[in-house]
Parts: sequence; structure tokens; C-alpha cells
Amino acid sequence: MSNTNTTDERDLGEAGEQLSTAPREESASSVPAMGVIGWARWFWRQLTSMRVALILLFLLSLGAIPGSLIPQNSVDELKVQTFKEAHTVVSPVYEKLQFFDVYSSVWFSAIYILLFVSLIGCIVPRTGQFVGQLRSRPPGAPKTLTRLPAYTTWRTDAEPEQVREAALRILRKRRFRSQASGDAVAAEKGYLRETGNLLFHIALIVMLVAFAGGQLFKSEGGKLIVEGDGFANTITQYDDFKSGSLFHNDDLEPFSFDLEDFVGTYERSGPQRGTPRTYEARVTYSEGADGAPKKKVIEVNKPLVVDGTKVYLNAHGYAPVISVKDGKGKEVYRSAVPLLPIDNNVTSTGAIKVMDGYKGADGTKEQLGFQAFFVPTFAGDGKGTMFSQYPGLDYPVLALNGYYGSLGVDSGLPQNVYQLDTSKMKEFKDSNGDKLKKRLRPGETMKLPDGAGSVTFESVEEWASFQISRQPAAGWALGGAVAAIFGLAGSLFIQRRRVWVRAVRGADGVTVVEMAGLGRSESAKLPEELGDLAVALHTEAPTAPGPTPDPGTEPGPSAEAPAEGAEK
Amino acid sequence: MNLAAATNENLAHISNTLIYSSMAVYTLAFFAHIAEWVFGSRSKVGRTAAALNGQSAGAAVKVRVAQKAGNTAMLERPTVVTRSAAGTRDVPDGPGAAGGTFKGDLWGRIAVSLTVVAFAVEAGGVVARALSVQRAPWGNMYEFSITFSTVAVGAYLILLALRKNVRWIGLLLVTTVLLDLGIATTTLYTDSDQLVPALHSYWLWIHVSTAIICGAVFYLGAVGTLLYLFRDSYENKLAGGGTPGKFATSVLERLPAAKTLDTFAYRINAAVFPLWTFTIIAGAIWAGDAWGRYWGWDPKEVWSFITWVAYACYLHARATAGWKGRKAAYLALIAFGCWLFNYYGVNIFVTGKHSYAGV
Ligand code: HEM
Repeated sequence: MSNTNTTDERDLGEAGEQLSTAPREESASSVPAMGVIGWARWFWRQLTSMRVALILLFLLSLGAIPGSLIPQNSVDELKVQTFKEAHTVVSPVYEKLQFFDVYSSVWFSAIYILLFVSLIGCIVPRTGQFVGQLRSRPPGAPKTLTRLPAYTTWRTDAEPEQVREAALRILRKRRFRSQASGDAVAAEKGYLRETGNLLFHIALIVMLVAFAGGQLFKSEGGKLIVEGDGFANTITQYDDFKSGSLFHNDDLEPFSFDLEDFVGTYERSGPQRGTPRTYEARVTYSEGADGAPKKKVIEVNKPLVVDGTKVYLNAHGYAPVISVKDGKGKEVYRSAVPLLPIDNNVTSTGAIKVMDGYKGADGTKEQLGFQAFFVPTFAGDGKGTMFSQYPGLDYPVLALNGYYGSLGVDSGLPQNVYQLDTSKMKEFKDSNGDKLKKRLRPGETMKLPDGAGSVTFESVEEWASFQISRQPAAGWALGGAVAAIFGLAGSLFIQRRRVWVRAVRGADGVTVVEMAGLGRSESAKLPEELGDLAVALHTEAPTAPGPTPDPGTEPGPSAEAPAEGAEK
Repeated sequence: MNLAAATNENLAHISNTLIYSSMAVYTLAFFAHIAEWVFGSRSKVGRTAAALNGQSAGAAVKVRVAQKAGNTAMLERPTVVTRSAAGTRDVPDGPGAAGGTFKGDLWGRIAVSLTVVAFAVEAGGVVARALSVQRAPWGNMYEFSITFSTVAVGAYLILLALRKNVRWIGLLLVTTVLLDLGIATTTLYTDSDQLVPALHSYWLWIHVSTAIICGAVFYLGAVGTLLYLFRDSYENKLAGGGTPGKFATSVLERLPAAKTLDTFAYRINAAVFPLWTFTIIAGAIWAGDAWGRYWGWDPKEVWSFITWVAYACYLHARATAGWKGRKAAYLALIAFGCWLFNYYGVNIFVTGKHSYAGV
């Protein structure tokens, strides 16, 4: 095959050259010239060759696989922890291979960085080449047009000059870039293909840079808000906060919002009973330090957008309102306590911590802690389960048991607000010496033993948690993506092709018209287009009476050589 | 969204009936195709063998297809001679499953007609499902599967209507559609219902519909590639002077030439690739709205990306001289394998944010 290719290319001369800017493949075995520069050059040529681009692309897809099968720190750290506990043998190996952080691992980064270096090394020369091609004229007709993938010929009484002029006019009208050269007209069309291809590859770089830049400057944090409370966008107000390495605190847009109301509805019946149907967080927000308050409903797919910062609705749950009185009947605590859902029916757990203000029956200062277990819809007494039956607030029940002593909050260690550290606390016991615990309905009160006061389950509020994120350069990424699609469409749907029309006076004085087309190997439309052009030209230079040459019989000695070949 | 809109049990029931009916009609089409192949096998075509045997002497054969494209009105249209690229075998396309026999052709036509009927019934089933749930019918794998096969058959029928030479896909397509519907109605079946809030978005229409179209059309491309590989080894064997088995000969000699199949697959894949790129980008935009990040390496995202890169690999391979033909074809199959895994594998074996669209 390579043999025929080279003969073909020689035959066609420059006619088939530069029909694309794809680099020519060099054989891998070409030994580099010695010396550092020689090697560096060889290495660069290898890196920017299509073959290596292909291998790198393949490696990229291969390398992405482990990250989809092994839990990733970037997605779910808890899952990674569980996995490590369950697979003690492979985990250290995975850890070494950075399989828990595939997409930020050294080897994955190496693949895509090499790929993009290769891409740049490929685009730059191709762009230069393409600009050159845009300025140049289509190459002249090869000697024997019969060799080309599409060919036609006829004899006409029109003068050769007339035919060439007509051909030039027709081709230009169809927006071929055309010129007369010698006894033939050369024309080319479809430069948009190359433009599209270059645009696509450049857009890929724009996307990568935007993505990487976004990672460096982004910030993202979570905030849980109970109905009636609010949030102002400063770093201290976040429950948790992550940011890229070039993020600066001043980058946070000043704005604030209050959660007025949260509405969740659920499927009432059928096999999907309990499946969420709507989540709506109704908020009032104001832009800037003190902008006018505006109303907005945040839904799962509809974040609040303020100056490029987006506020997403993430999760929701219940926050029972608890009040605590001390032995003297003085209210020392009143708060809505957010609890964390542990199942789809919003069975929730958490802790109530009374830090200060409480004095025990004997007047000493003490802290109180309660473990809370809450279900929005209780199955009913004697049903054997405390778990919630439905995520809506049909029959809310709160189960409490309490402790007194020191919550351990002063120890300096960060504490989980949803868990009690009972190491320095004593449990409240009932009169039988058993653990004091009680199920409460809203409005009900649990008395603490020995005049230690009481706890009241006043009512239930809902909470919603929000993710507040800034993704700089998202616009660039989107622009790159759109450009990539258009570029790709141009690159794949447009054919770059050349047409030659030769008109010469034959031996008998009658003009012989020959037309031929050359495109890339995949073009199916080429013969059709050539046919159309031929018909158009034929109306101006109709077939002369007499024998018609059969385009199938090749004149010339090399009739047996296989034709076409030049695909580039 | 519309909470009060209770699921319309009646329409859901109609939808199920239509899907089952379409399966029955597809089964009939399947048998008609079998009849087409069986009757076709009785003709002794042997064109491939003849063409290749002529070539076995080593000299390249030039087959010139004179194209007189229409337009016979006033002027005789100049005859355009085409030649295929150097290094490719010039073998004429096989005569098709019917093998040029009258009976085979009749059965083939019956099969296509039945496929049209089955398609209409199945499409009705999808629409009824959509009406019954009052949303796009793509909330779970059952709905996804029935839409998927409908679109695949629709694409095939469009190609037929455009007078493309694609009837050779018929039998394989109908078989896989039956398989797909069989799995959908048994293991994947989910009662008609509304969506969880994360799926309430017009991006569902955009992202999922293009994803389905891409998959269905990629599938047609993959069938072309697979048959290309068989037909290519058959031609290679003949060209090398070997004699393929009787059954292989009977089936393969009736298929289009390897080059035709290869070009078909390439065109399909190249045409869908930009749409697949769009699908991923639309998904990223949706994820940006729904989950607060455009790209989070969720398993579904990862596999969409892998599929995309695999198809890019294939397209590159085609643009690189040394990788055309069989090697590129393997890449195309791997790429489609990635798509399949993204659909079945990720939904069933891997949990991620997309998994509620699951089983
Ligand atoms: C980020 C990874 C890349 C992707 C996703 C990608 C994708 C594509 C696609 C889809 C095409 C269209 C194929 C066609 O026209 O048939 C293409 C063409 C091309 N790519 Fe890439 N490419 C990537 C990297 C590269 C690199 C690194 C190089 C250079 C070494 C390169 C060089 C080319 C060339 C020369 C063409 C045009 C081939 C022709 O004219 O037929 N690409 N690429």
C-alpha cells in the first residue's frame, strides 16, 4: 500500500498536497541525530505526532476508569473511609497509586498535561501552515486528470478559452476559490473544515485553562439555616468552607439572605410513597452590603445567583424547637435544634447542648446534654419501630434522653454539634434507676428527676442547607465548549476539495473538456458535486456531434496504475 | 412542578399494552427477516469471490462506477467516473440478504413493513407513557430503554427512507430491539411515576434526549463496524486464496463490501460525535444548576468522558494513515462498549449522583 501511495503522490504532483494540515506520520524507527538537541528535537517531534496524540488520548480514557470504580476523596470522603476499612489489603496499594484521588493524581495529571502540550505543539505549526494555505492559490492541475477519484470528459465545439472562462465563472459563483493556470482552471473549496478543526482544538485548550483556573480561584462552602434565620456571605458564617489555592477572602461577593420558609412535599401513595416531589426554599435576599430585600424561591435546579455566586439548595431536615427550664422554673434555653436525617423518611438524630445559664437543683452551675431522636411520622406506639414512616410531618415524635455535667466544649477540641461527648457527664435516671427517656409530641414536656427542671418539645421548624459556590471562569469554559461544538461540526461536516477543469483543442480541432475532483478519502459527495458542475458547464459548452470519449478508457501509458491515493 | 397531576393509571396501562404489542410485531419482523436470509441463501451469487479471485493474481482491479445521477431531461449528463482510494480493495457490495431472489426480497419487504408497524406501535407506547407521567418519559431505565430502541429503529427507518443501502442492518437491529425490550419489560420495569425534584428541569429534555439519540445512532454505527470486521476477514481470506466456511460465505457474501460498511460506520460516528459533545456539555450545565458544580467526576460523568475520548481516539485514528481499517474499527467497538457500560454498568453496579435514574 505504501508503495502505491508514493507513486500516486508523485503522479499527482502538488495537486494533492496540503488538502489538510494534518502532520505527516513519521516512522517511529527514524533514529534521532545524536546530541542533546537532537534528542530533544526527536522527543518533541514524537510528542507532537498524531500517533502519540492517539496513545495519550487512549491513556486518558483508560486512566479515568479507576476513578469511577473506586470511591474518590473529591466526591465522598466518607465512602473512601468505609472502603479503606473494608479493604485493608488493597487500600495501602491504592493509596500509593493515588487511586483515591485519581483526577488530581500525578499520573493522571501527567497524561493530560502531556496531551495538551502535544496539542499546543500540534496547533501552532498547523495554524501557521493553514494561514499560508489561505494566502496561496489552489495548485495547478495534475498532468493526467484521469487518475483522480472523480473524473469526467466530453468534446465540445466551444473554444477552449471560452470553456475555461465559463468554468471560472461557474466555480466562482459556487464560492470555489478559483484561478486559471495554463490550459486548466484550478479551484478549491471548504477551507472552513480546517478552520473548524483548529477552532475545536484551540477551544479544548481554552476549556482546560478555564477549568484549571476555576479550580485555583473557586470557593465553595455549606451553610445550614433554620427557618427564620439568615446568612451573610463572609467566611466566618460558613459551616464548612473550601477554596482554591489562589482564592482570597475579599473575593467573596457581599450579599445576604434569610430563609423564610421551606416547603417539601412527598408522594402520598403508591409504590413510590415518600419520594420527594418538591423542595422549595423561600428566601429574602439583598445584594451588596445593604441592598433592597428581594424575594426568591430556591429549588433544586434553580439556584439563587448573585454576582456570579450561586446559592444551591442542598438538603433539608427538621429542627425541633426545644426549651429547657431549670429547677426554679426559669427558662434557660430555647432554640430550634437542627437534626441530621439518617434515612429517606427523615428519621433524624442529633444533640441538644445547654451550655450555660443552667443551675442544678442544688444551685450549682452545670451543663446539660440531650440525645435527640426524631421522626416526622411515627408508626404508633407498640408498632415496634421508632423509625419514621414518611418524610412529611404527619405525626412527629421526639425521643430524648439526658445527661448533666460537663459537655467538654472547653477542652479546645472541635466538637461535632450533632453528637454528645458524654465522657464527663452523668445520665439522668428515673425513679427506678433506669435511664430517663421519653417520647414527646409537640407541646409535651419531660420532667427531669429530683427537681432538676424540665425539657419541652415546643414545635418543629424545618431547616435547609445551602451550598454557596463561586466558580470563576465558568463563562470561559462554556464559551470554549460552544466553540468546540461549532468547530467540530465544521471539521466533520465540511469537505475540503479541489476541482480542475482542463480544456484543450484535440488533434481533430474539437475542444476536449476534462473535469476532475479530489477530496479527502471519506467524501461521498465529490462525484455528485463534480456531476453538478459538469452539467452547469455543459450547458455553456454542449457536447459536439461525433464520437464521445469514454471517460472509462484511460489515455496514456500508465493506464494500469491504481488511481487517487492522495488523501491528505 | 405539577404535584397534583396524579399519575394516570389508564394511560400507563395503555402504554404497557402498546409496548408488548410492538414486541409481538417485532417478533414477526424478526421471522420475516429470517425468511429473507433463508430464501436469499438459495441464490448462488458468488460475486465477492469472483471479484476477489480476479484480484488474486496481484493486479489491482479497477471497478468504475459510472454515475448518471438523474436529470435526463434535456441534456445527457456527463458521466462521472469514480475510483476508490489506493490500497483499498475494490469489491462490489453484496446483493443484500435477499440475494437477488424474488422470494427473499418479498420477505425482506414484509420484514421492513412489519418493522414500520412495530415502530409506530412502540412510539405510541412511549408517548402514552409520557402522557401518563406528564413529563419527558426518561425518568428511569425502563423508560430510557423503550425510548432508546424506538429511536434506534426510527433512525434506521429514516436511513431507509433516504434510500440508503441499510437493509442489511434489519435482522440484527430487530433482534437487539427485542432483547432491549425484553430486558426493559422484565427486570427494568418501573411503575409510571413522577420525578424526584433534581430531575425537574428543561435540561432533562435537552440532555437526555440527545443522549438517547447519540446512543441509538452510535449503536447503528457499531453494528456497521462489527459486520465490517467479519466481512473484512472474509474478504481477506478470499483474497489470500482461502475458502471461508459455507455458512460464513452465504451470510457474508450478501453483505455490502467491507469498505462500504467501514465508510457507513465512520459517517455515522462522525455525524453523532458533535452531538455527543453537546450532550456532555448540556449535562455539565445541568449539573451546574442542580448540584452546584459543572464537573465533579461522578461515575456517569467519568464514563461519558471516557466514551467521548474513545470516539475522539477513533476519529483521530481514521485521520492517521497507519490506523485505518481494522485497528480503527476495534477502537470504535471499544468506544461503543464504553457507551454501553455507561448506560447499563454504571446504573447497575456503581452508585453515584445519577443512580436515581437507575433500575
Ligand atoms: C485533547 C484531545 C484531543 C481531542 C479530543 C481531539 C479530537 C479531534 C477530533 C474529534 C478530530 C476530528 C477528526 C476528523 O476530522 O476526522 C480531530 C482532528 C485532528 N486532530 Fe485532534 N484531538 C485532540 C488532540 C490532538 C492533538 C494532541 C493533536 C496533535 C498532535 C491533534 C491533531 C489533530 C489533527 C491534525 C486533526 C485533523 C486531522 C484531519 O485533518 O483529518 N489532536 N481531533
